[in-house]
Amino acid sequence: MLKEIKILSPTGHLGFTPLEKGSFLLGVSKEPDYIVADSGSADIGPYYLGADKPCSPEIWQKHDLELILGASRELDIPMIIGSASDTGTNRGVDQFVRIIKDIAKENDLHFNLAYIYSQQDKNKIKQILNEVRIEGLDGFEDLTPQILDRTDTIVAVMGPEPIIHALDNGADVIIAGRSSDSSIFAAPLIWEGLSKATAFYAGKVLECASFCAEPFMGKESVMGYVREGEVIVEPMHPKQRCTVASVASHSMYERIDPYYERVPGGILDMSECIYEQIDYRRTRVTGFKFIESELKIKLEGAGKVGERCICIVGFRDPYLIKHIDKVVEWSREKVEERYSTNSYQLYYHLYGINGVMKDLEPIKNPSPHEICLIVECVAETAEKAKEIATLAARNTFYARLPDVKGTAGTAAMMSDEAILTKPAYEWTVNHLVPVSDPLELFEIHFEEV
Amino acid sequence: MAVKRLVELATTIRSKNAGVNSITFDIIFSNPDNYMMVKKSGVLNKKTIAQLFGIPEERIISFVEFDPANAIKFTIRRVKPSGSPGETDIFGSQQYAPLLDLEIRLDEQ
Repeated sequence: MLKEIKILSPTGHLGFTPLEKGSFLLGVSKEPDYIVADSGSADIGPYYLGADKPCSPEIWQKHDLELILGASRELDIPMIIGSASDTGTNRGVDQFVRIIKDIAKENDLHFNLAYIYSQQDKNKIKQILNEVRIEGLDGFEDLTPQILDRTDTIVAVMGPEPIIHALDNGADVIIAGRSSDSSIFAAPLIWEGLSKATAFYAGKVLECASFCAEPFMGKESVMGYVREGEVIVEPMHPKQRCTVASVASHSMYERIDPYYERVPGGILDMSECIYEQIDYRRTRVTGFKFIESELKIKLEGAGKVGERCICIVGFRDPYLIKHIDKVVEWSREKVEERYSTNSYQLYYHLYGINGVMKDLEPIKNPSPHEICLIVECVAETAEKAKEIATLAARNTFYARLPDVKGTAGTAAMMSDEAILTKPAYEWTVNHLVPVSDPLELFEIHFEEV
Repeated sequence: MAVKRLVELATTIRSKNAGVNSITFDIIFSNPDNYMMVKKSGVLNKKTIAQLFGIPEERIISFVEFDPANAIKFTIRRVKPSGSPGETDIFGSQQYAPLLDLEIRLDEQ
């Protein structure tokens, strides 16, 4: 009989909201061999990586880490956390290492800790760029020094190898910087001798925890029972089921192609996967394959665009609503009279018209009874962003339309203030860099706690 | 010939980021017959989706009929990466609404 390895996946994004303790402890009672959780995402937008800030409160991150560390030590099994503290930057790794050490101190726990940095120095990437092409992914142009100049923070997305290296060296607790979601699950399975096909498929299906089960629930634990060539998934929440449909449809979640998943060093081929309902709550998957390819590591980076300010304005007069484009035109002209157009970015988000879908909105002539306008301005300084947003918003109040009846003001100001928001960032780096050694962009440290 | 709206036939109609520069749309059917009907109807393909959203066909970078999950899936390239200045749907999660009322002509057997 082939060796079976049990991996417990408690959450799809550690710390984002606290994990659910009930199903986690049920999972722990089934004595898994590993507990693995991802803690990061590019979904949260470019700000957190660019500004290098966490998007989750530390108290929730500690809540999750405390439960996982406690179980990992009690069962004496390794725990692996990927993409520490939302971004997987060195700040995130250091923060999680500090939290882990605090919990260890409070509970008198002792173990071997490994932590892996994945943040990249801009100048080092520039040097690499002198020698190789760094290709843009998903519509991004190839990397240039100019793009790097606009970038504040860069991380490399690790595959399984740095984590395998940590396991080889006896690590019980692994805190990894930015990592590919499936790789943190694949790492212990490859280390146990399983094929990359099995390991990466298990990672693919387990990475979002209860999202592969139905009905829809977040933050509930899921167990993967993995043997060579076979992955069985079972939800730990008693009211959830892993069905053929829920497991199969998870492979298309947040991905362009449901049949092929690019991972560092290859492609997971799910085109011939066989899904079988083995009992009411568990589904077995077989038939996955792995196609080796040239080793390329993904780089992610974000850079600051400027300071951002918003104003909130409403419209109720049907005449103004019908001619809202003229109101916007007037406001824009008044701004352009005073500020050079290349010194700011100004957007008019018209909720009620196309605020949500913008260019994708198929309804071209809506007739809402009211509209909310959010004026968004990005400029070099906060003062300037504030001035321009205020000028733009106030001029919707003074819009000159020929037949307007409401001559006391053509807009409802929610409050006559410009709200300074977090600075504006943008994704600048979304690229693949070829490497000869899967460890070369990562720095692995060991420590006895 | 009977006509039904997609929202009456599918169990899940959703949109979500697929990477930072694309939004992917999933239409999932719990009833395989409904899936086959919609698949055969020819109402959903790159061309009709481009017309529905009023965008050039090149922006639809992928269209897949995914039999194991009884699902149809397509992906639209964003104008700018998610969260850039001027963007209003960081997760890409509210772009599916135009699909709900798509009319599907059903073959009468």
